[in-house]
Amino acid sequence: MSDEPQLRIILAKLGLDGHDRGLKVVARILRDAGMEVIYLGLRQTTDSIVAAAEQEDADAIGLSMHNAGHMTLAPAMVTAVNDAELGTPVIVGGIVPEEDVQPLLDKGVAAVLGPGASAEDVAQTVRDAVAAAG
Amino acid sequence: MSDRPDLDAWIARTADAPVRDVPFETMSGVPVDPVYGDGPYPGEYPYTRGVYPTMYRSRLWTMRMFAGFGTAEDTNARFKDILRNGGTGLSTAFDMPTLMGRDSDSGWSLGEVGRAGVAIDTLADMEDLFADIDLSAVSTSMTINGPAAVILAMYIAVAEKTGVPHEKLAGTIQNDIFKEYQAQKEYIYPPRPSVRIVTDMIRYTADEMPKWHPVSISGYHIREAGSTAAQELAFTLANGFAYVEAATAAGVDVDEFAPRLSFFFNSHSDFFEEIGKFRAARRIWARWMKERYGAKNERSMLCRFHTQTAGVSLTAQQPEINIARVAIQALAGALGGTQSLHTDSFDEALALPTEKAARIALRTQQIVAHETGVANVADPLGGSDYVEWMTDEMERQAEAIFAHLDDLGQGSILEGVYAGIENGYFVGEIADAAYRFEREINNGNRIIVGVNAFTDGDDGDKELLRIEAEVEEYQLKRLADVKLARNDDDVSRTLAAVAAAAQDPNVNLMPSILDAVKAYATLEEVSMAMESVFGTYVEKAII
Repeated sequence: MSDEPQLRIILAKLGLDGHDRGLKVVARILRDAGMEVIYLGLRQTTDSIVAAAEQEDADAIGLSMHNAGHMTLAPAMVTAVNDAELGTPVIVGGIVPEEDVQPLLDKGVAAVLGPGASAEDVAQTVRDAVAAAG
Repeated sequence: MSDRPDLDAWIARTADAPVRDVPFETMSGVPVDPVYGDGPYPGEYPYTRGVYPTMYRSRLWTMRMFAGFGTAEDTNARFKDILRNGGTGLSTAFDMPTLMGRDSDSGWSLGEVGRAGVAIDTLADMEDLFADIDLSAVSTSMTINGPAAVILAMYIAVAEKTGVPHEKLAGTIQNDIFKEYQAQKEYIYPPRPSVRIVTDMIRYTADEMPKWHPVSISGYHIREAGSTAAQELAFTLANGFAYVEAATAAGVDVDEFAPRLSFFFNSHSDFFEEIGKFRAARRIWARWMKERYGAKNERSMLCRFHTQTAGVSLTAQQPEINIARVAIQALAGALGGTQSLHTDSFDEALALPTEKAARIALRTQQIVAHETGVANVADPLGGSDYVEWMTDEMERQAEAIFAHLDDLGQGSILEGVYAGIENGYFVGEIADAAYRFEREINNGNRIIVGVNAFTDGDDGDKELLRIEAEVEEYQLKRLADVKLARNDDDVSRTLAAVAAAAQDPNVNLMPSILDAVKAYATLEEVSMAMESVFGTYVEKAII
């Protein structure tokens, strides 16, 4: 562990999608990387995630999406974070086709992690997103 | 005659079995026997070597391809394609809102309508889904759990409207609620009322629909969530034992429903482990049904199962190489003696399959069935020291897990399964195994071709199926039209009857649900009528 302050990241599934294997693995990867994980789990709404981000003073929000709803749900999350004036970066992981990555970034998503991202990629992506958000 | 009286007896018994009209010989013309090695032979207790004596000599496995996307009309067209292309059973994937008992116009459904399967809000959608398909002539598999009773009622209602009697309906509804709490997480109500719904469906189909399989006890999702092969085997069979205990406690004789329980397993990439798992599943189920649950009917002891290749094994990198993975997993399913098989499409790590990818997947299992010769001999690997050892090892690991659940439930597997759900045992075990697997890939101890080795050649040129937003608009309009056209008094009256039935555990829920869907009450309305009595389930977040 370095002297850097411990990053706090919220991990959640937004909406009805119940595929939580990836999110749980990411939770452990980030914990192993020295971060504090606030695992909200399944069936969260943009409101419940914003409330948790405020309450926990989170540095980042990680969403896992496997049901092709990312183009609707991820921008909705970004909008909710902006409306609450939190400035928390939103990172999306899961099944996101390559051609959707740039449109998501254009809509304010901080980073997209595809299937097969290594543990190092995952942790570094979070650190970079937090650093970029200032 | 051989010098093997048990084999002679088996041959005599199977002399009249129907056989497919193909030569049972190798490609080079060498005739092959229906079975080799030692007994107990296929079709003989404890059925390690197969549930039927002559297995695929009599009838190939059913090539059942899962499909569903967009509107009911879109999926109906895909169904007709499958039937035209030689598929022999229909399999329905529902979208996420439907799987959770939500309507397309619910706030929860935003972005999910028609995305990962077909959207069903009312009976009108089910009518579109099966339009121009004779329900007495197909076998339909419907993959849904939390709201299974409502969807089954809609299917029955379509049949009634097209003049097909209940007893002619053949198919399976997944309806395996235990694995939802353990792995897939598509539950609505808490476990105990959910099991009451399952039990009501078991009773209803036992009385009305003798060709219907009311529960498909599914390890597939447990494995996809990250379990080991032995955990998949053990959790699945334990869930099966739990349903048997629940239904017998509700007064249904074990031999009245157990013959129509079926199973659903994953076929992953570790070839011999998978084959051992399939063989062990049959032996364990037979033994427990006979010895612990007192089944007398041989059919109650048969672990008949559907297999699907491992979606989780498919890579987004170099997706075409998934065709090879699927072929190997399909072969393991066939050598393991599956009754039906779904082969995944190579592009499924990226999106729902394109038509071309789905066709290649079907062709893959047709190659296994018709070109490789594995269908000529029942349990061709039986007798291999390694395969027999692996079968024993899978059984040994599973029995250790049953012993733990039996302890947890103080002599009841049903109570043990409830306890394991409540104390996080299942989700914890699965998450541990998933993480271990991921670490192995990450540190290079496990090679996944295209992911952490041999990564050249990912050209990124991928043609994917896109579900357009129009589906959601179409579905919302369809739902609004149905709501406008229906009789609101009938809807309120029938929904009140559902809630009343839910309050009385001695009343079967199915007839009142059937009345409600026939009045065009929506899936969510019926689900919420039950939720008003049963409450909701929120899982403890455990990582």
